[in-house]
Amino acid sequence: MNSRTHFRLVVLYVLVAALLLVLMGRLWTMQVLDGRHYRQVAADNRTRDIVVPAVRGVILDDQGRPLVRNRTALVVSVDRTTLSRQKDEGAGVLNRLAKVLGTSYDALAKKTRLCGPGIKRPCWPGSPYQPIPVDDRVDPKRALQIMERQEEFPGVSAAVQAVREYPRPEGAGAAQALGYLQPITQEELDKRKGLKVTGYSGVDLIGRDGLEAVYDADLRGEPGFRKVLVDSQGRVTGTAQDKAPVPGGNLVTSLDAGVQGAAEKALDNAVQNARRQGHKADAAAAVVMDVQTGRLVAMASYPTYDPSIWTGGISQDEYDALLGKKKGEPLISRVSQGQFAPGSTFKVSSVAAAVKDGYDLHGTYSCPGSYNVGSRAFRNFEGQAHGDMSLHQALVVSCDTIFYKFAYEEWLRDGATKPKKHPSDPMVEMARRFGFGTRTGVDLPGETTGRIPDRGWKRSYWNATKKADCKGAKDGYPEVAKTDPSRAAYLKAVAAENCAEGYMWRAGDAANLSVGQGDVLVTPLQLARAYAAVANGGRLVVPRVARAVVRPDGSLVREIDPPAGPKLPVDPKVLKYIRGGLAGVTKSGTAAGAFSGFDLKKVPVAGKTGTAEVYGKDDSSWFASFAPVDKPRFAVIAMVSQGGTGASTAAPAVREIYEAMYGLNGKKPALKDGRTPAGLPKLGGDTGTAP
Amino acid sequence: MTARVPSLGGYGENVWQRRLASLKRLDWVLVLSVVALSVVGTLLVRAATFQVLLDQGKDPEGFLKRHILNLVIGFALGGLVTVLDYRLLRAYVPILYALACVGLLIVLTPLGSTINGSHSWIVIGGGFQLQPSEFAKVGLVVLLAMILGEPRDGEVGPGRRDVLLALALAGVPAALIMLQPDLGTTLVFAAVVLGMLAVSGAKKRWLAGLVGGAVLLGFAVWFFGLLKPYQLDRFTAFMDPSADPRGAGYNAQQARIAIGSGGVFGKGLFHGEQTGGHFVPEQQTDFIFTVAGEELGFVGGAVIVVLLGVAMWRGLRIATQAADLFGTLVATGVVCWLAFQSFENIGMTLGIMPITGLPLPFVSYGGSATFANMIAFGLLQAVHLRRRPFD
Repeated sequence: MNSRTHFRLVVLYVLVAALLLVLMGRLWTMQVLDGRHYRQVAADNRTRDIVVPAVRGVILDDQGRPLVRNRTALVVSVDRTTLSRQKDEGAGVLNRLAKVLGTSYDALAKKTRLCGPGIKRPCWPGSPYQPIPVDDRVDPKRALQIMERQEEFPGVSAAVQAVREYPRPEGAGAAQALGYLQPITQEELDKRKGLKVTGYSGVDLIGRDGLEAVYDADLRGEPGFRKVLVDSQGRVTGTAQDKAPVPGGNLVTSLDAGVQGAAEKALDNAVQNARRQGHKADAAAAVVMDVQTGRLVAMASYPTYDPSIWTGGISQDEYDALLGKKKGEPLISRVSQGQFAPGSTFKVSSVAAAVKDGYDLHGTYSCPGSYNVGSRAFRNFEGQAHGDMSLHQALVVSCDTIFYKFAYEEWLRDGATKPKKHPSDPMVEMARRFGFGTRTGVDLPGETTGRIPDRGWKRSYWNATKKADCKGAKDGYPEVAKTDPSRAAYLKAVAAENCAEGYMWRAGDAANLSVGQGDVLVTPLQLARAYAAVANGGRLVVPRVARAVVRPDGSLVREIDPPAGPKLPVDPKVLKYIRGGLAGVTKSGTAAGAFSGFDLKKVPVAGKTGTAEVYGKDDSSWFASFAPVDKPRFAVIAMVSQGGTGASTAAPAVREIYEAMYGLNGKKPALKDGRTPAGLPKLGGDTGTAP
Repeated sequence: MTARVPSLGGYGENVWQRRLASLKRLDWVLVLSVVALSVVGTLLVRAATFQVLLDQGKDPEGFLKRHILNLVIGFALGGLVTVLDYRLLRAYVPILYALACVGLLIVLTPLGSTINGSHSWIVIGGGFQLQPSEFAKVGLVVLLAMILGEPRDGEVGPGRRDVLLALALAGVPAALIMLQPDLGTTLVFAAVVLGMLAVSGAKKRWLAGLVGGAVLLGFAVWFFGLLKPYQLDRFTAFMDPSADPRGAGYNAQQARIAIGSGGVFGKGLFHGEQTGGHFVPEQQTDFIFTVAGEELGFVGGAVIVVLLGVAMWRGLRIATQAADLFGTLVATGVVCWLAFQSFENIGMTLGIMPITGLPLPFVSYGGSATFANMIAFGLLQAVHLRRRPFD
């Protein structure tokens, strides 16, 4: 062997040894130094976490009829993360999916893009790591197509999920009260402890409005968790850890489907009726409240909508229909979020205030056609004069001038334009004690306060508006003058007055307040509570919709009792007197027409019409009532915004609700013996879950 | 060179006695290392396939039985080659070479079959298939040894004509294999050619030219996009396996997880969770080292590397002690082949080499590969039997 060959063989020895040493070194690094890391990865590799969704509780009426329940649906979801890994960013997958689902690529692309600044709906408001449901009404055949051809549909999954369903028993929708579900946002996750994103679409929803939001923690339950062993094909080979889901509790409400349905129908009829008479009737509300407990038996809001459109993503068209001003913003509950001038229904507070201020409950007062408040004549409704009368009669015929007189005299006693240091403002004070101007504390989100204008409010309002007013006072309104010179002149005069002395509590303000006009705003719920207080002897209740949370097996989790509210500072005798006056309204007063033919002997109804004039708009129509007069159980309120007079529009709606409740006029009674059930409904195992 | 050649021609009355005596002259260390690797390989093949076959409702020991059969045939072939006078091979090598090339051609026709993206197999029927490229390795080693092992008088190494002839004859099967495409085997060819040229005493500029040419070729292949997308994927996946964990990087990542999770002592033979869950594809063939890594741990993996090292050490020792340059070159070629293939195979499971379809010598499942490896083993023993007498 020559030396060159020998030398090169030696080099080969060294080379081979070096290669083997490299392998040994690498092996040592991976198995000994990084072994712990790889063992962890291996464990993650071999197990898969499966979230077992908890069934969300259903929402039931007072008799156990489901207002919201769950329907099992085949939901097709798209995982954005997987899609984005595709070469074409998932365009091909969505195209194929669109064909299978019978929709367009465009629609799917919009549903799966993330919401953000400048991106209009439809878009995905939830977490980007969560599968996005694109269709929840897939027929099994199509779902199978997708599941069988997974290689063509990476990131697309079809799974059986529970989806909210609204069965509308007795026609009861109660959409605004029930609320709706939406994907959890990051903010909500940060805010609420114990809220976990499971990554499983359909689980990570949260109540966004109504009872679904307020009682979300009770309804949602706790998702189960299963750690399974899988092989490389994803086949499950065993279970490593198993925690069963805790189903959400069922929420029993005091709403009665029969009464609720009737209230919604009555509102609908009232609106249609008002429109036939040429009124705009753009919104309406009705409340039925248990006057003793404050529990709500019905709360209807018009316009309304079908909450099932929220499930499975919402289209642009549907969203416009929901939130669009043109469609009347049906998401807003007119019962607890709508604020309107109450008109004469407010007089229960004013009577109590006047008597408390020293006016004789049994005195006789003059009701002229108009009354001069300072230099300005304030007129009765349609300028009618009624002569001398008692306060009882003042309520029955709804005389305004008597209240103008009270308010004006009180205003003078408080020092008129140069007020005393501590003016008594009896009407304002009493209105506050009746609960106006503050939230009722109902168990629904987004409640508004209404407004009782007072001296403080006047000043702050003036501070906010004086700049514009003073400019108007100086320059007039040339734009308006072009088309309507008289209106422009009026506006200029008002602006001048507001600019100069807008901060003052003027006589007119006091007079307007006394009859629920001017700047007074109340929610129908506040008015219902005020009338409940009149009816129950002076207790201001705290309204409640929910009654109890009950486990799916029927056992009680907790009862939801309305907290005790304050007492009215009104002598029971005065309240009794007011009740008598209100009882006269349906017999011989402003609502006698609306209640003609109504069996008042069987169900004696006491109530008050209200027709609130709103500048530049049609009148708000009100009827506030309670029944039975002697043993009051329910307060029933109806309001139709821009609906005409209280007697013509709202009162018939209230009458219709009573007829449905008590089964009058050939109707089927919604309530047994004119009462709501005393106890909780008996609930079986699988309440309200559709097969 | 005046080596005394032991007479094993088989003439005379004591033929069998002498053959028995020659048995003692075998390199028993090499035998033991190869047998040990085969035993470990058999256990690993069972570990890799038992659960999968069970899940598929097949005979869970089907692969095991076939592997044992392959080993028996392989050892028989190796023994046959051992007892042959390797110098007689010179007469048959052109035929072997021609057969291998024909086989590689057939593979490229519709008669060939594609398995795992490589058009490398001829299915014979009855569940048997042939991989001509494995036998081509044997043919190449012996043919190159023939051409390079007979330098002209006065020359220290092969002349230009010999080198060019050798390159041309290696180039034909290499090109055919590249067309399959089987990058791994082509690289083995390159390693064999380079190693044998070097040891044959070829001038440095040839070696430098070859290395430079390989680099240029690699660059050209990359630049002109001659690689199949899946090959490119394997390369990029080798650099960053997490780039596409469900695609090309899957093998690489799963292999690393399996080996890494084995730790020092492993999870016990037949107790690998990654292996049992069949997370690593082709685990009984190209990725068999992952089974060892997971179930036998660092200790088991190191034993395999050491056993392979022993085999190569013995191979190089045989090359050094060979009776003639032909023998030296045959042994060198075999060592280069086994060494490169082992390094590439284990290296790819450890994530330091790109993934190519090469089995681990003496360990992986596979008929043709086992046969070819055992023939190579036989060649080493044959050279050893006829070694120079001074040891």
